[in-house]
Amino acid sequence: MKNALQLIPGLLFGAGLAISGMTNPAKVRAFLDVAGPWDPSLMLVMVGAIAVFAALNLLIHRREAPLCGGALPGPRSRGPLNRRLLLGAALFGAGWGLSGICPGPALANLSAPSPGLLAFIAAMILGMVIAQRVFGADAPAK
Amino acid sequence: MDWEAFTPYRALIGGALIGLATGLVLLLNGKIAGISGVIARALRPTPGDRAWRLWFLAGLIGGGALVFLLLPSTQTPGLLASTPVMAIAGLLVGLGTRLGGGCTSGHGVCGISRGSLPGIVATLTFMLVAGIVVYVQRIGA
Repeated sequence: MKNALQLIPGLLFGAGLAISGMTNPAKVRAFLDVAGPWDPSLMLVMVGAIAVFAALNLLIHRREAPLCGGALPGPRSRGPLNRRLLLGAALFGAGWGLSGICPGPALANLSAPSPGLLAFIAAMILGMVIAQRVFGADAPAK
Repeated sequence: MDWEAFTPYRALIGGALIGLATGLVLLLNGKIAGISGVIARALRPTPGDRAWRLWFLAGLIGGGALVFLLLPSTQTPGLLASTPVMAIAGLLVGLGTRLGGGCTSGHGVCGISRGSLPGIVATLTFMLVAGIVVYVQRIGA
């Protein structure tokens, strides 16, 4: 079952989040807290991730197709830069700033559930559903 | 700068693992593994597009659990906010990531890696706003 193969990158991603410190909201806050004792560690998380993925993205696009079928999206990202994007990013930033948790870390932390984490995840799912059903987000590509 | 808290090696290694995982998803099925998108499209999938997402997310939860077990110093010491605030934050994150089309991994890692100007702009925007929110909390506390 090819879908089960995705367990492997999932494990790597979750492990990467935990090792990097992204799962620790205090570390995220320390990165965002530029006026306080500033911990720039998380900037290196993004640098490390981009360095690896940017290279892999180009390498993989030398192939005709993905390993398990389907189609490659093309090496360059295409998408609109509009007010909706900016608004969405701002709202996300506000939520991230308040909690120090973003979607990946929220799930990566699920093995140690707490009321606050569960409330976050439930509300996050609700927010996504609202974005989809009220604001048309994630509509299937035409 | 807080030199004592600075963990450059863990950050780079963790980041590299994230990049590797993202590359592996792309290799396997040609999808872009921005986590808000993986979750969101698992909620409302096109036919045949849900199963791999659930496997991936199960792995993500497991990967975190495994590292917390093997490296206890990575365990999350606690949350920064009360449960009601966490709920508000979660709502903002869910709504914002899908209106904006991505999160730290979607825009920050995938978008920037793929030369996306919207990705760069979105990343700068959410970083700025997050920083402002933290600053306001600092001066307000």
